[in-house]
Amino acid sequence: MPAYSSDAERLIEVGHLAEVQGRSLWADARTRFVRNKAAMAGLFLLFVVAAFALFGQFIAQYERDTIDFTLIGANMRQGVPSIETGHYFGTDASGRDLFARVVQGTQISLMVGIIGALVAVIVGTLYGAIAGYAGGRTDDIMMRIVDVLMSIPFMFVLILMLVIFGRSIFMLFLGIGLISWLDMARIARGQTLTIKNKEFVEVAHATGVAPFKIILKHIVPNLLGIVIVYATLLVPNMIIFESFISFLGLGVQEPNTSLGALISEGASNMAYGVLWQLYFPLIFFVLTIFAFFFVGDGLRDALDPKDR
Amino acid sequence: MLSFILKRLAIAVPTLLILVVLSFVLMYAAPGGPFNSDRPLPPQVLANIEAKYGLDQPFWKQIVDYVTNVVFHFDFGPSFQYEDRTVNDVIAQGFPVTLTYGFWSFVLAVVVGVSLGVAAAIRQNSWLDYLAVGVSIGAQVLPNFVMAPILLLIFTLWLGWLPGGGWNGGQWQYLIMPVIALSTSYMASIARITRSSMLEVLNSNFIRTARAKGLPGGRVIRKHALKPAMLPVISYLGPAFVGMITGSVIIDIFFSTGGIGVYFVNSAFNRDYSVIMGITILVGALTILFNLAVDVIYAWIDPKIRY
Repeated sequence: MPAYSSDAERLIEVGHLAEVQGRSLWADARTRFVRNKAAMAGLFLLFVVAAFALFGQFIAQYERDTIDFTLIGANMRQGVPSIETGHYFGTDASGRDLFARVVQGTQISLMVGIIGALVAVIVGTLYGAIAGYAGGRTDDIMMRIVDVLMSIPFMFVLILMLVIFGRSIFMLFLGIGLISWLDMARIARGQTLTIKNKEFVEVAHATGVAPFKIILKHIVPNLLGIVIVYATLLVPNMIIFESFISFLGLGVQEPNTSLGALISEGASNMAYGVLWQLYFPLIFFVLTIFAFFFVGDGLRDALDPKDR
Repeated sequence: MLSFILKRLAIAVPTLLILVVLSFVLMYAAPGGPFNSDRPLPPQVLANIEAKYGLDQPFWKQIVDYVTNVVFHFDFGPSFQYEDRTVNDVIAQGFPVTLTYGFWSFVLAVVVGVSLGVAAAIRQNSWLDYLAVGVSIGAQVLPNFVMAPILLLIFTLWLGWLPGGGWNGGQWQYLIMPVIALSTSYMASIARITRSSMLEVLNSNFIRTARAKGLPGGRVIRKHALKPAMLPVISYLGPAFVGMITGSVIIDIFFSTGGIGVYFVNSAFNRDYSVIMGITILVGALTILFNLAVDVIYAWIDPKIRY
């Protein structure tokens, strides 16, 4: 410990310390995230699943809709997963290559999750930020609408819609988009309420920046951390949602498939001893959900430490 | 308290009306009527059928008739596909089944979830805590449609202990797998929520005071910690209820329990609009009532809410 001759010297010393590069919120969050083993494992898993979905079709030996008629009925013996036949995951009940189908199922599940989360981020954040920033009666009405929509059992309404307008992947995306933003709107509004009273928003307001520009330029960027966390946690829920509908046979239609549809198919055939038809889709489903939950939890711990 | 309940009801009633109108409009907007089939009916026959079901009336008359029938007579009208059956028959047949296993699933999820969460929080960082956290993380990725085939595989195909489906008047052997499959992921969520809120409460000042004045540990938990720690759990019950009632569709399909979900999905495939609408509205009404009850309980427990 050096002996200081005066307070002035001490101040200079402190000044030197302050020159040390400060760490930003994001850098801090990154270190916290990297230290979190579960989150890193989740991220790794996510890369594996994404690589499988993206490049799996180049490894597959068969097209996903090629029916091998010689295998129908002889599935139990000849459709067994094996490297030699090229059916790495075996074949399904119609003699189609399960590997190629699981690849497509994973693709669709990831796509549904990501699109649902994107809609939630865009619509939900804007809606919540506008409601929170406007305040008063507008806020009341906007959030009351969210409350009302949230207390409707949406799965039933969506199935009603799928029945009326036909079963298609577009309707499925529309339905998922319709519900996914509700939670996000609530979260974004709550955060906006605390942000809008900060000085920088006041300054912007005082210098005459238009309200909508304040929301876009000053409020939304500050919501980003929490929005990313909840978007990541939303993805697995969207995947579960889609799989649920496809499990019932109301979602993705043949010859296309999704993990939910494959699990349903495997489950209905498991009494015939063709268990691989259940295992492989199930494993990929569980891995994907696991990965997103871990990454989401890790991000929450990293970006929003006070929430725990 | 009464004014709080009335205020909540003032929101619940319009919500329900919106649901009814929304599903009615959807049905009305549907391309092609419920009686359009591959083999077109003679126009006269079609007109007669539509007149029988009141489909020839103008839109406003139809919707007003439907709403009055539902609200004042609890009558959801006839099924469009089965001549001998009304929507009320379908509900009367399926609903008790759904209610039975739904009730047990809910009880199981809450009781086991809360006990697990409280135990984990009290013994934080013990093996019990790790076990509870591990189980609840694992169970999170096992939604009902994943849990159902796994259970069936283990207990019916491999061990042969339980029947693979059916209802049989709700005998316990037929009840076990549906209840477990339906409740697992909610049990996990409740355990997680209970644990983290209990931990927060246990670290707060009034618990330290209770300990400092010499109350035994069990009493501190029961008398002081449990009530405030339950608040986040109570607000989760609403979404859990919706999730379970939705999941019952899977259970009914998978275990052939004959609940309301089977009729719902079959009607979805048959385009039997009146049945789908009736069930949607019934489920919506139940959800709204349940949320109302949850809100009231929450307000009753939480001293911070002034009504």
